[in-house]
Amino acid sequence: MSVRGALRLLLPVALIAALIGLWQIAASTGWIAEALNLKPFLVPSPAEVGDALWSNRALLWENAWVTLREILFGLLAGVVVGIGLATAMRFSRVLRDAIFPLTVAVQAVPIVVIAPILVVWFGYGIGPKVVIVAFAVFFPITVNLLDGLRSVDPEAVKMMRTLDASRWAIFRRVEVPTALPSFFSGAKVAVAVAPIVALFAELAGSSSGLMRLIIQDNANFEIARVFAATVILLVIGVLLVGLTALAQRLVVTWR
Amino acid sequence: MRKDNSVSVVARGLSHTYGELCSLRQIDLAAADGEVVALVGPSGCGKSTLLEIVCGLREPSVGGVEAGGAADAAGRLARCAYMPQRDLLLPWFSALDNAALALRNRGAGKAEARREAGTLFERFGLVGFEAARPDELSGGMRQRVAFLRTLVAGKPVLALDEPFAALDAISRAEMQGWLAGALRADSRTVLLVSHDIEEALYLADRVVVLSARPGRIVAELRSPAPRAPDRDAAVTDPAFVAAREAALRALHAGAAPAPGTGR
Repeated sequence: MSVRGALRLLLPVALIAALIGLWQIAASTGWIAEALNLKPFLVPSPAEVGDALWSNRALLWENAWVTLREILFGLLAGVVVGIGLATAMRFSRVLRDAIFPLTVAVQAVPIVVIAPILVVWFGYGIGPKVVIVAFAVFFPITVNLLDGLRSVDPEAVKMMRTLDASRWAIFRRVEVPTALPSFFSGAKVAVAVAPIVALFAELAGSSSGLMRLIIQDNANFEIARVFAATVILLVIGVLLVGLTALAQRLVVTWR
Repeated sequence: MRKDNSVSVVARGLSHTYGELCSLRQIDLAAADGEVVALVGPSGCGKSTLLEIVCGLREPSVGGVEAGGAADAAGRLARCAYMPQRDLLLPWFSALDNAALALRNRGAGKAEARREAGTLFERFGLVGFEAARPDELSGGMRQRVAFLRTLVAGKPVLALDEPFAALDAISRAEMQGWLAGALRADSRTVLLVSHDIEEALYLADRVVVLSARPGRIVAELRSPAPRAPDRDAAVTDPAFVAAREAALRALHAGAAPAPGTGR
């Protein structure tokens, strides 16, 4: 690895380690609690958070698994619907004129408003959360993919037509590859938004999941465990963004 | 079905207008089977539009056009292969897959299409570059792959729109020699649009000079030595130089506003 490559890996790790260290000192000496005029147990140190993470691992994992499933199934459904809508709108002008305004309107409905309604309709299980995440996620996929499909070079389409390409062959061999970078831009937004929306959905009413655990623990001053749950959410978020970027690198191999 | 010396491309009284703008006026043009006809003219004279009409990508506003015996747009599209000015190689496909596009579009399997296009790679000196992505190829090689892609389509008529305009002078001369060789080996009816008179006279059997917009045919010249193996000798030959001067004069005369338009 080059010096620059090593630095790029080392610097952020060092910075995070330094911040955690600083927090450890500030929390264990009681500075933060003193400054905020709080009881020391309300300001857990990183060591205490680590301890909570380990000793509650079964409980945390059980709830994280619920939230993770909400996020993943929601993303999957949203991506499938998003791709389907964009494709349909690309192939039919009439469909595009009919669906697009509706898509924008649907997307403008605040999640905070529909989440409680869906909970009333479909109950406390993971189903309504999946619907809500899908709801929030399909729009960036649809819009970005459609933009990408429409940005195709008309000269390339002409060239394909004289090479006996059907409409489908042009879509498959020219439009889809052209649109992939914008699709991934949409996917990155989707992946960043999905965990937040899943937490919102749990907030509206749920029987399990990390958000439900966090609310409970906050009420019972189990602050170390709240931080532990936050750490798990952070890892989920970073993994999702990282995996999406990796997928893009593997799929879009040209410039 | 094609007979020797039969007429492969013919346009009769063809005009084209974009809204108010008349881009082509009263074009009568014929290319025999296996003949290379070059169209030269000032920029904006409708040369590319004429190619697109012949290929069935557009319809003329007035007049008729036939390619390979077909008069309707779909029929012309099936008989013409179009090579655009930019090579338009698809960056996500290898050189070989780009060349094989027409076969894939017609439903051939990947392996079969690659095998068929691969034989042309051997014939045209591109062996070893099959797997290269377009951005790894030089400008001249990209144009060669683009030309093979057009050739592999197996159409009787090739429409080449300033195929080497993007290249520097040296690569352009090289590519003209290469294309001449390719056409000697695999004869097709070719309509070649060019802004380079030397290129047109060297590659074509006949050069048609168009006027400034609206494009009309102002002169037709026969090339003294079409696609001669020794390009450098051919283009410095006195007969070639004389033909080039005649073409230049026609081009300059045609660049002036046409009678009855402008002013």
